[in-house]
Amino acid sequence: MSAFRNSNFDRRTALRAALGLAAAGGLAACGGNTGRSGSGGGAGLTQYFHAYGEAGTEQAIKKYAKAYKESNVTTQWITGSNFESKLFASLLTDKAPDCFEFHPQLQMIESGQVADLSDLINPVKDDFNPADIASHTVDGKIYGIRMIDDPQFFFYRKSLFEKAGVEVPQTLEELVEAAAKLTTDKVKGAYLGNTLHSIINPLIWSAGAQHLDDKNQIAYHTDAVVDGFKQLRKLFTSGDLLLDAPTESWDPASLNQGLTAMQWCGMWAMPVLLDTFGDDLGVFPFPKIGDAGKQSVYNGGWSMFVNAKGKNVDETKEYVKWLWIDQKEYQEDWALSYGFHIPPRTSLAQSAEKLKTGLPAEGVKLFNEFGHFDNIGWTQASITALEDVMANCVRKGGDPDKELTKADAKVNKELKKLFG
Amino acid sequence: MSTITRDGVSSPAPAKASPAGPRRGLRGSPTLNFWIFTGPFLAGLLIFVYVPILWSLWLSFFEARFTVTPSTFVGFDNYVNMLTDEDFMGSLVTFTVFAAIIVPTTWAASLGLALMVNRLRFMKAFFRSVFFLPTAVSYVAASLIWKMSIFNGVRFGMANTFLGLFGIDNTAWLASPDPPWYWLVIVSVRLWLQAGFYMILFIAALQNIPQELYEAASIDGAKPGWQTFWHITLPQLRATSTAVILLLLVAAYQAFDEFFNLLSKTTWGRPPLMELYYKALGESQDYGSGSAGALILTVLICLVTLLQGKFLGFGRGEESK
Repeated sequence: MSAFRNSNFDRRTALRAALGLAAAGGLAACGGNTGRSGSGGGAGLTQYFHAYGEAGTEQAIKKYAKAYKESNVTTQWITGSNFESKLFASLLTDKAPDCFEFHPQLQMIESGQVADLSDLINPVKDDFNPADIASHTVDGKIYGIRMIDDPQFFFYRKSLFEKAGVEVPQTLEELVEAAAKLTTDKVKGAYLGNTLHSIINPLIWSAGAQHLDDKNQIAYHTDAVVDGFKQLRKLFTSGDLLLDAPTESWDPASLNQGLTAMQWCGMWAMPVLLDTFGDDLGVFPFPKIGDAGKQSVYNGGWSMFVNAKGKNVDETKEYVKWLWIDQKEYQEDWALSYGFHIPPRTSLAQSAEKLKTGLPAEGVKLFNEFGHFDNIGWTQASITALEDVMANCVRKGGDPDKELTKADAKVNKELKKLFG
Repeated sequence: MSTITRDGVSSPAPAKASPAGPRRGLRGSPTLNFWIFTGPFLAGLLIFVYVPILWSLWLSFFEARFTVTPSTFVGFDNYVNMLTDEDFMGSLVTFTVFAAIIVPTTWAASLGLALMVNRLRFMKAFFRSVFFLPTAVSYVAASLIWKMSIFNGVRFGMANTFLGLFGIDNTAWLASPDPPWYWLVIVSVRLWLQAGFYMILFIAALQNIPQELYEAASIDGAKPGWQTFWHITLPQLRATSTAVILLLLVAAYQAFDEFFNLLSKTTWGRPPLMELYYKALGESQDYGSGSAGALILTVLICLVTLLQGKFLGFGRGEESK
């Protein structure tokens, strides 16, 4: 009797074969998960995007990525409100994205997390909004490619203003008074978001202050800013401000559903709001605070960055150059076919027919006249410090001056780390 | 088959010899068997528990922002920072308030439900299921329903619609800590989610109480209702109550999901895990301070657990009764 026919041996052989197949299958599965499947060649690249609210945006980004033939690009469309947390955490791991959208922040450069993209941008630098270039530049190197500019301002219902006999507010006091006159048993006067975070920057600029001065020292802690926080507290407790709305201020639903007469939001929401209200819609900047203040608009937006610690830096740079430098058709589609955004490329912005008339043109005018851009030295720790001030003195009722002093300590600690 | 010996006692037939020789593998080597069965768990324990704890200990002595492989040694600075951090210390107060509210209310609600369901003569299984089902709902989903449908601040929120029937103005439940309506939202969602689970534990315990005790009490003149509940039912549930309280306290320490989803971006109402999330894994990415905070919290939990064991008598055995 040959050993081959022994029943024990048969079982073991079968078991080994099965385990071997399972292991081989597992390894094959691991090997296959490179992101290289599909039509693209080269390395498999991954890009992170936060979930935009406008319908069709996810499909658009995936469509652009699919059109790139040199590599297969996988998109992670990250829903929820903590995109920053997920991005920061993933950048510490092997699963970090090769490229991602974010805002210019110095700590990412200091940590060596984002690659220098000067060689991609310099040939077309003059075609970009100079303020966008400046906000991404450190020591002469440019670290991100601006994809869209998003001015943020107040949208308001003209008919409700007329009915209440209210003029467009020029000062924060007038805004508080207008909210009171506009409030009825069904409609609140104003909506600034549940967290009030999106108006922190405009509050500082409208009070005539800056986040940091030219020497990168604190410049936001002024009497006018303190006064601004006090007036906001008055509005918060007046009963004229919409609180605990189902969606945050980036979503135009509160204005669209008739819950408020005016709402702080971004230009991306303009197409949806125009569909609902047509000519009954207007926009105005954040009103000024104090005599030295000036109305302001927050020029937000998103930029593409390349993970400097990624495994495919050169191929990723090729991809972002292809999409965000070379493919002007896609850039225009991205800026104008879903929500409205201002293309950071001057040539695209000038040729954008949708932004030349009516309310979109008014939005562009506010962007140019009152707009402020991000300061690259104003990083996440500093952002969080002022968010805490907003929570503690406007929503909780603390003393703004004391809260700002507490924030100063945190911001100074951050500035010391960044600038020494 | 057996063989007859001289003593007339049969001895078992020898086992059939294996044609393949001595057995190996699963049946033949106790050492190998030990490693096969315990190895994966030991490896898991090592990789997912001990290594992270030791790494966390190491990180807590370094300046570790935006990195988990830092190089700047800072000694005990991170511990000092955390122990003098108002937000971190405030999170311990939040936990204490939360535990003080949620533990007794859940205990009472689950015991009440168990007593009611246990007395039912019909549709008992239906009502057990109805109260137990929320246990299967995720904390995140429940929190979002509470936040967006029931306790939103607009006129069509369920709670505001109900209050509107009595002419009461809309309330912003989560906007501000003054008045602290957010506790109502947080406590009610957790109560809904977990009372059914503990109700099942109490039902099991109620069914283990000997009926003879109630009969004997009745013969001695005890009135049914409060008197028998206080003098018979409650003492008989002592062991289960102790376990339920311990489990509720542990669950309170782990509170995160409902706070994070209901009170995102506030500076109040943050339990310790949420505070550490913001310190370490959130936007700050300060792994040094986060690790120091985690270790402080670990020591605190150990102390509280030891004290619980001492005061509640958990694990003392029969003599403690």
